Formats: sequence, C-alpha cells, structure tokens
Amino acid sequence: MTSPLISVKNLTLRFKTDEGMVTAVNDVSFDIAPGEVLGLVGESGSGKSVTAKALMMLNAENSVYDDNSRITLRTDEREIDVLSLKRPKDQMIIRGGAISMIFQEPMASFAPAISIGDQMIEQLMIHSDMTPAQAKEVSIEMLNRVGIPEPAHRFKQYAFEFSGGMRQRAMIAMALSTKPRLLIADEPTTALDVTIQAQVIELMKDLVDEFHMSILFITHDLGVIAQTADRVAVMYLGNLVETGTVRQVINTPAHPYTRGLLNSLPKLDDLEAQLTPVPGDIPSPLDRPSGCVFHTRCVETAGIAEQCRTQIPGYTSDSSNHQVACHLATQGDQS
Amino acid sequence: MSKDILIAARDLSVHFPLRGFVFGERPVVRACEGINLEIERGSFFGLVGESGSGKTTLGRAMLKAAPISHGEVVYSDHEVTYDLGTLKGPELKDYRKRSQLIFQDPYAALSPRMTVRDIIAEPLEVMGLTSSREETDAKVREIAAKCRLNLEHLRRFPHAFSGGQRQRISIARALVSDPRFIVADESVAALDVSIQADVLNLLNSIQQESGITFLFISHDLSVIAHTCDFVAVMYLGQIVESAPTRKLFSETSHPYTKALLSAIPSLDPDDQHVAQKLEGEIPSPINPPPGCRFNTRCPHAQERCRTEVPEWREMSSGHHVACHFSEELA
Repeated sequence: MTSPLISVKNLTLRFKTDEGMVTAVNDVSFDIAPGEVLGLVGESGSGKSVTAKALMMLNAENSVYDDNSRITLRTDEREIDVLSLKRPKDQMIIRGGAISMIFQEPMASFAPAISIGDQMIEQLMIHSDMTPAQAKEVSIEMLNRVGIPEPAHRFKQYAFEFSGGMRQRAMIAMALSTKPRLLIADEPTTALDVTIQAQVIELMKDLVDEFHMSILFITHDLGVIAQTADRVAVMYLGNLVETGTVRQVINTPAHPYTRGLLNSLPKLDDLEAQLTPVPGDIPSPLDRPSGCVFHTRCVETAGIAEQCRTQIPGYTSDSSNHQVACHLATQGDQS
Repeated sequence: MSKDILIAARDLSVHFPLRGFVFGERPVVRACEGINLEIERGSFFGLVGESGSGKTTLGRAMLKAAPISHGEVVYSDHEVTYDLGTLKGPELKDYRKRSQLIFQDPYAALSPRMTVRDIIAEPLEVMGLTSSREETDAKVREIAAKCRLNLEHLRRFPHAFSGGQRQRISIARALVSDPRFIVADESVAALDVSIQADVLNLLNSIQQESGITFLFISHDLSVIAHTCDFVAVMYLGQIVESAPTRKLFSETSHPYTKALLSAIPSLDPDDQHVAQKLEGEIPSPINPPPGCRFNTRCPHAQERCRTEVPEWREMSSGHHVACHFSEELA
C-alpha cells in the first residue's frame, strides 16, 4: 500500500472567543491517499471547513491547535509537518503550492478590481520561476482546459464579467495551474444550479484523472458525494463519526447520524417514502453534549442511553476499514 | 365536473424596464412572459426552475407584489373573486389577508428587535383582525402550538433560535391571518437536510389539516417531488412543462425537464448514468433567444425551434408542455 499523501492525526482545534473557548474540531484523524477523492460531509457548523482550512493553516488568528495535533504532508522529496510552519514564507510551500483550495462563493474569492488573468499570473510567479510571458501562456492554456470559451479574451476580463459557473471554472483553472498535489474543494457546487453543477462535477472528475491529484471534497450534499468521492468521512459537531468507502457509508451506514441524514433526504426513485427528519437541532459548540456528541438527537440510544450520555465512544473498525464512533457498534462486536 | 381553481394566471407577463438608458429603446427585463397557470384549491403546487428563471417573480405577481404588464391573474375563493391587475383599496387589503408569503432566509425575514410573540401578532394587529390583546395572545398561542413552537419561547428574540425554529416562526406569522393561499419561496433552501425534512413535513401537515393552497417555489426537484401534487417547470420566464407530479416524472416530455432530472446527482455510487449535459448557461432575460427560449441549450434543437415559438399544448389530461417535438422525443 502506498503511503498517504496527507495524514491528519488527532486534530483538535479551538477558537478563543468572548464567550470562551469553542471547540470546532475534536480529535479528528484521517488520511488521503495519492489520487484519492475524500468526501467530507456534514451540516453547517459541523467543522468541515475549519478542518480543511487547518490543512493550509488558514484559520483565523484566534485559533488554538492542540499539542497532539499532527498534519503531515508527503511530497516526493520530503515530509512536511504542516502545523510547525510558522513563517509565512514557509507556509507558501503548502498554500497554493502543494495544496490549492477552491471556495463555495467564487465571486468572493476573486479580487474584484484585478483582472482574472493578472490574478492567475501572480500566483504562478510566486510558486514557480516562470517569466510573466510563460505564466500568461500557462494560464490561458488552463482556462481553455476547463472549458472557458475564448480564453485569451476572457483572460483580460474581471470577475464580475463572468457568470457563476464560469467563475467556478476560472477558480478551478487558477487552483490547478500550480499543479498542486491536493485540491481542497469547499462546497464548490453549492452556489450553482444543478445543470451547471453537473458540468463542474464532470470537469473535476476529468481533472483528477489527468493531473493525478488528491481531492478533499467538502459538501453537505450526499448525492454529490456519491457521484464524486472514493471514500467518505462524516462529521458532526467537530467529531468524525464515520469513515469508509463511499459504498460502505451510503449503502450500509453504520452511524445513527449518517442513517438519519440519508433518511431525511428526498429521493427521486421513491416518491412515497416518508421523510424522517433528525429530531432537534445541532447543539451550540459552546455547549457540547457530554459523552457521544450526537446523543441529544439520536433515536437509537434505547437501552444504552446512560452509556451514550456519559462515555465518549471510541472508533471501531471492521475488516475493510469502515470506521464508526458509536456505542451501538461496539455492542454489536461484543455480542 | 369542472376544476375548482383558486388562482389562475392567463397569458401573464411581468416586465421590468431598466433605468438609465437615455437613447434608443429602453431595454426591458422580461422576467415572466406568457404564463398560463391554474392552481386548484387545496393543492400543493410546486414551481421549479434555476436561478433567473423567473419563479420568484411569478410567485410575487400572484400576490400582487410584482407589476402585471400583460395578461391577468384571477383569484377566486368561494367568497370573493379578484382580478389582481386592477385590485386596489379595501379589496387589496382584503387580498393581503387571504394570501401570504414565506421567505427563503429565516435569518433576514424576522426583525431582530421584536419578540417572537410580537412577530407572530403583527399581522393580526396591522390588519385589525382581533379586538383585544387577550384575543391576539390566544390566537398567537394557538398558531405557535400548531407550528410546534415552544410557548415558553414566545418572549424571546429571534437570535436565540436555530434556522429550523426561525423558519417555523415565519410559517406561524404567515398562518396567523388565516390565509387561503400561501407562496413559500425557497422556504427550505437555507436549511440543513436534517432540518429541511422537518419543515417540509410541517408544511404538508398544515396543508392537509387546513386545506390552504400552497405555491411552493424551489430549485430542488427532489424536494418538489416529495411535497407537491402538481409541478410546473420554468425556464427563462416561461413555463415549459406542467403536470401532476407522478406524471411529470413518469412521462417527462420537455428536453429541459429531462436535463434537469438527469443533472440531479444520484445517491447510488454505482449509478453510472451520465448527466445529460446541457451546454452553456441560461441566457439573459433582457434579450431572450427567438423561437423556443431553450433552443440555445437544447440538444434536440432544429431550425423550427429557432424561429417559431412553441405552443402551450395539452399532451394528456393535466399534462401541458411547450415543445415542438415532445411527441417524437417522448
């Protein structure tokens, strides 16, 4: 087995706020293999974006990483301990170099008063030793590759002259022009219409094959995950509750939260099916439940409610590395 | 037996002239053009379309909140009949009681400086529907209970609530004047999936209990499929297909509806179907393409589609479509 491209071990991240320390990510561990697409699923406030930003040290000033947290990036030459990079100059190796990121709202990600082309050249100049003319050539080539018509003309335009789908394509072109090893895609299709979303997903699939890079794909949409990811990690309130291959997680979900999410989703092939909401609301991260973080909304605690309330469930894994953090799963192993 | 139609649009157009053009002809945004729509009493009517398709404008025109440039909208319950184009004065006030709107963003729709009780009571006070404070309070409590709001929470301010709870407050406010017709504009789009199902179930149970007619606007076809009895699909200011929900899914006729359906990512990881690719993006409503408005993106477009506007015709009972070739493509 090849060693993972990036491994995250025991990542715990808190934010200092006026109301106290807020735990945004709690003891999260996962690996991404080269060429693999890992889907990170969770609702708003589950900590998925914060986790992704941690990989590039992009979280705000008031973030505090726990001492045990480790993020290791393996490139061809060496291993990089991401969290130890303190100087902005060193952080450049990962930011936009080994790792690129595309965001949900492409309008907010481009500078409005600098042309798309100049922004693309700027980052190529930083991360490679190209001349401006070469950088321009590469950028236009990338715009062409992501399916933007008349790339040489579009190159000179500004973000407001692009439509939503075009902006997201330009964003992808820009992120990929430095040939990163890992692309972090944070809800890249959420702001797009379904027909445009289908175009962008297909483009991303093609590009993974072509560039052989890994993707951390963040979304709340399980349908998008099912169509793009190789493996899936499900987050709830800062905790990773389940990880496995996309087939394991979607076809045989092991955590009650994953089951709840799937049951609350309207499905087109079964219009009669009742929609079953997950009861209650996501608790505030300031007031994290004791024991299993999901126990306040779990409908399957019958019989072991006491255990769920007081003990934090550990990860159990079956032979095919389908991991779940739930007391029910531990019980199943014992019986 | 004739159908019991609560509200109907006939050849409805909504145009917004653009400001700031001095020379030549003033450009006009044709947000809705030639819409024919009939909503039966007590139905849950879904309106689906992408951003910029004009679905919100159509919803607002049916509430007389957008200017009707051409055609008519007629509202008729068993007590009154109103032609919205000419409605004004006390009759317009009366229509405001009979029709309500639920917004998309529950964070923006509620005043942060009013308590939940005041938010829900405001329509009653403004419209003078109750005569005493006691009566108002009783009504507010009744509606809050119906929307599964905790009565203890009525004294709090909206910031204390989560998205799902806020949306239930918006729904309570819409229901308090006993409306006959509610337009729910993307009412679950801002919510997480686990909460979204709860709000959808609430809307459905309200509809079944009280028989209120809903126009449910959404960009999400799978949400529409699960909640609505009847669906209309909009593209660039026009309705391209409408049918009872089951029929729309089993006998999809318009190429745009087909593309929309196939673009929804399947939950089955082994589903290898490739989304029927629609090239390009939705054109501008200022200068829509001639002929069939979908011809620039339609995979089946022919010469006739570029010149001749397709007729709005009935394929089978209750199933309308605007496409020259829907029989051949079916």
